[in-house]
Amino acid sequence: MKKFLFLLCALISLSCFAQAPQSPGAAPDVKPTILDPVANKRVAEISSQLRCLVCQNQSIADSNAELAIDLKNQVVKQIAAGKTNEQIIDFMVERYGDFVLYNPPFKLSTLLLWVGPALFFVFALAALFWTLIKRKQQKAKPLTAEEKARAEALLKGTKSNTKKGAV
Amino acid sequence: MKLKYIVPLVLFLALVIFFVVGLGRDPREVPSPLIDKPAPEFALPRLDDPSKVVSKKDMLGQVWLMNVWSSWCGSCKYEHPNLVKIGKSGQKVLPIVGLNYKDTDGAAVRTLRTTGDPYDFSVKDPTGETGIEFGVYGVPETFVIDKKGVIRYKQIGPITDEVWEKTMYPLIKKLKAE
Amino acid sequence: MIPEIGHFALILALIAALIQGVLPLAGTALGVRSWVNVARPAVFANSVFCLIAFGCLMWSFYVNDFSVVNVASNSNTLLPWFYRLSATWGSHEGSILLWTVLLAVWGLCVALFSKHLPQEVMARVIGVMGLISVGLTLFMLLTSDPFVRLFPAASEGRDLNPLLQDPGMVFHPPLLYMGYVGMVVPFAFAVAALIGGRLDAAWARWTRPWTSIAWIFLTLGIALGSWWAYYELGWGGWWFWDPVENASFMPWLTGTALLHSLAVTEKRGSFKIWTVLLALITFSLSLLGTFLVRSGVLTSVHAFATDPQRGLFILALLVCVIGGSLLLFAWRAPRVGTGGQFELFSREALLLVNNVLLVVAMGAVLLGTLYPLFIDALNAGKISVGPPYFDSVFGPIMVPVIFLMGIGPLVRWKDASVSDLGKRTLWCLIISAILGASVPLLWGWSTWVFIGLFLSFWVLTTFLESVRENIRNIRGNFFRKISSLSRAYWGMMVAHLGVAVFIVGVSMVMTYSLERDVTMTPGHEVSVGEYNFKFDKVETGIRGPNFIADKGFFTVTKGQKTIAELTPEKRKYFSSEMPMTESSIDSSITGDLYVSMGAQTADGAWIVRAYDKPYVTWIWWGCIIMSLGALLAMFDKRYRILRRKDADKYGAR
Repeated sequence: MKKFLFLLCALISLSCFAQAPQSPGAAPDVKPTILDPVANKRVAEISSQLRCLVCQNQSIADSNAELAIDLKNQVVKQIAAGKTNEQIIDFMVERYGDFVLYNPPFKLSTLLLWVGPALFFVFALAALFWTLIKRKQQKAKPLTAEEKARAEALLKGTKSNTKKGAV
Repeated sequence: MKLKYIVPLVLFLALVIFFVVGLGRDPREVPSPLIDKPAPEFALPRLDDPSKVVSKKDMLGQVWLMNVWSSWCGSCKYEHPNLVKIGKSGQKVLPIVGLNYKDTDGAAVRTLRTTGDPYDFSVKDPTGETGIEFGVYGVPETFVIDKKGVIRYKQIGPITDEVWEKTMYPLIKKLKAE
Repeated sequence: MIPEIGHFALILALIAALIQGVLPLAGTALGVRSWVNVARPAVFANSVFCLIAFGCLMWSFYVNDFSVVNVASNSNTLLPWFYRLSATWGSHEGSILLWTVLLAVWGLCVALFSKHLPQEVMARVIGVMGLISVGLTLFMLLTSDPFVRLFPAASEGRDLNPLLQDPGMVFHPPLLYMGYVGMVVPFAFAVAALIGGRLDAAWARWTRPWTSIAWIFLTLGIALGSWWAYYELGWGGWWFWDPVENASFMPWLTGTALLHSLAVTEKRGSFKIWTVLLALITFSLSLLGTFLVRSGVLTSVHAFATDPQRGLFILALLVCVIGGSLLLFAWRAPRVGTGGQFELFSREALLLVNNVLLVVAMGAVLLGTLYPLFIDALNAGKISVGPPYFDSVFGPIMVPVIFLMGIGPLVRWKDASVSDLGKRTLWCLIISAILGASVPLLWGWSTWVFIGLFLSFWVLTTFLESVRENIRNIRGNFFRKISSLSRAYWGMMVAHLGVAVFIVGVSMVMTYSLERDVTMTPGHEVSVGEYNFKFDKVETGIRGPNFIADKGFFTVTKGQKTIAELTPEKRKYFSSEMPMTESSIDSSITGDLYVSMGAQTADGAWIVRAYDKPYVTWIWWGCIIMSLGALLAMFDKRYRILRRKDADKYGAR
């Protein structure tokens, strides 16, 4: 049985091996646009982090709105001028505020946003374990005399006043 | 032990309070981070005489408005009467400089001729690059700039009577007295 | 005339819903038998009137009645008939009508399939659904009437948004709403249990099938929406963490937790209060989603009309329904009681951890979605929370969930041994680690791909281990052994394997996608990975029913072999200024080859986007497999036997 399993798993991964993609080759007569991730990796990277301010909810990379195109051109200009990714993003934030960042900044006002999920994770699991342990301790209480009598009656199969259909 | 069951309700009610406040807000309005910061440097040719270039230092020493407009802007019509009232042909409250944004000369000049020119003069920004420097993301927008060249207020959207009376005019009076 | 009939039908539906909502609940409280018996006829009437109204709107669209504002704004004489019909739910008003209709129909289904339920339970469930119907119908009549007339009538309509003129968009809203709205049934069962002060395994058994069906529809609806975005929007993306997408995903997360929780309550009698709370939360999230999308508090690509007045009404509805149910929960939950005991390491405990983590994940998504609103309301500025945030927060939370998903079926109920489990699954760990690492080592290392594939192989190998363990003691040949395992068991396994398939798709496509964005004229070629895309020619001026298109012809080759011929289009619909792009995709089990055309440049060349998307279809196939698993589990023989027992015990007198 185990042999069969090994074979099955090996076959599955073999199909992945067969198709490993390589890096793109050259295509000299084709002109890449400013968003081409191969020719203009940095523009694509930066643009996907900036929000299109006049769109409903898109990055400037995904939008064809005029402002989005203007901002992309601005990014291209700044890359050509030798600015780093961080400098370009700071440039945008200086003029448009934090709203233009798709990845929210890490500041005092966003502390809850960044730390929240992790805190919730830890707190929720802790609360769960605490509840489970407490319940275990509670169940260690012995039965009262009445409960004992009821239990005995049930075990003997005599009539009792348990509710119909209750578990 | 029983009290913990009320937690979901309490959390929900807190959420509701946020929603009630949120209903009164516009999630698409982007406030300017340039308030109380020096206006960006600019050097733009005038619309009526492209050989003359106007830069930031030309406007120092006075309180003035920079109004971003274009011939293709629909909402600009709403504030146009107010601009005329405030501007050089009206009460002459303060100089108004038009920033003709992403426009062509021909269309811009034609628009001013048909609707009337409320501006002391307009400068042109056909590529929108100066607009980006100012954080412009739509038209119309208006900046109130003080004597030292610091942006003190940004109006997003047309200047309505209410905005003028309640916010802009009192601010401008205060800045003029500085 | 027809629109007026439709409008009148809505008023009648409101009255029926009022009767459906008030009388049965009052009847069970005051002991008036005749009022309790009104439940079934009332929900029948409600459904009939809603369906009549829906039919009237659909008819108005079909015959191009442009004297109705809704039709004039969303349709056009050139629109093909099937899109004219689907335009019925293409607007805010129409989709609220769809909500209302489905809510009534779900109620009808409960009434038809409730012969095995005790009378008071059935009455309370249908009553609660009736009250919610009242809220929705009132909302429609007061703020979103689809039958408002246009006077004078328009001669031509504005047309349906071209993005919605697509088969995927025809089915996505109904499927999604069936799931979204369907979560009202477990909600109603939970409220009924709280009112009655009684919750037992039978209750869980009654609620489970309804929850499963709603969950299946929700899964398929979300998957369809994702697939549609992928092929229609032309950017190759399939999930954007947009507020409206999150609004449907959050009830899915808690709905999944609810499904598992119900299983435990049914089998072991445990988790009662937690299950009730999950049932309340899941539907509350559905309602919350409706609020977020239609009130204008958040910006989204999907957002309908943003009208604060409508928003206020829905918020009031939310306060009544969610606030009311949570108040009832706070008051009555203790009466429901706790259930069976279990050890810290047992299947119950692991399922509880799984539930808690799913709720944490939902909480993270909720936090990210609402945070911009919180910050703005507190006057602390304006921020955006986009995909980068959600991707970095959601993944890590789900890793332990998937890991536990593999262990769960192997662990005994009530009390299990860790060392036992460790011994059995050691080979799974090793194989999963080796196979998980093999692909990124060859294709380019990525820790996330390693984690994703490790988890997928983990699910597969633990599944094999589970089968091996279960059939060990059964006599007979292989087939005999397999068929002796229950449908519930196979359903669970198939659903979990679906998750594994989904994770493979996500891991591979997020890391190993290749893309080129170039300008081309016929004759040019561009290579994407080991594929070559050749631009053969363009045919312009092709007429469609309501558009004119330019069609590009591409041949994709790999080495010497021709793999595919793709024909993307650039369409100009007569009714819209924005050109639409129709991408062309060649799908195979190992991935998609994808081409879409952008705008034409000034010198007549075309902007072309070409993609290689490995294993992307595994994302949606994973969702389909998950749904099949859930469907299979529903048909377990156990249910039929127990339903007959219930019918004898409680059946309608």
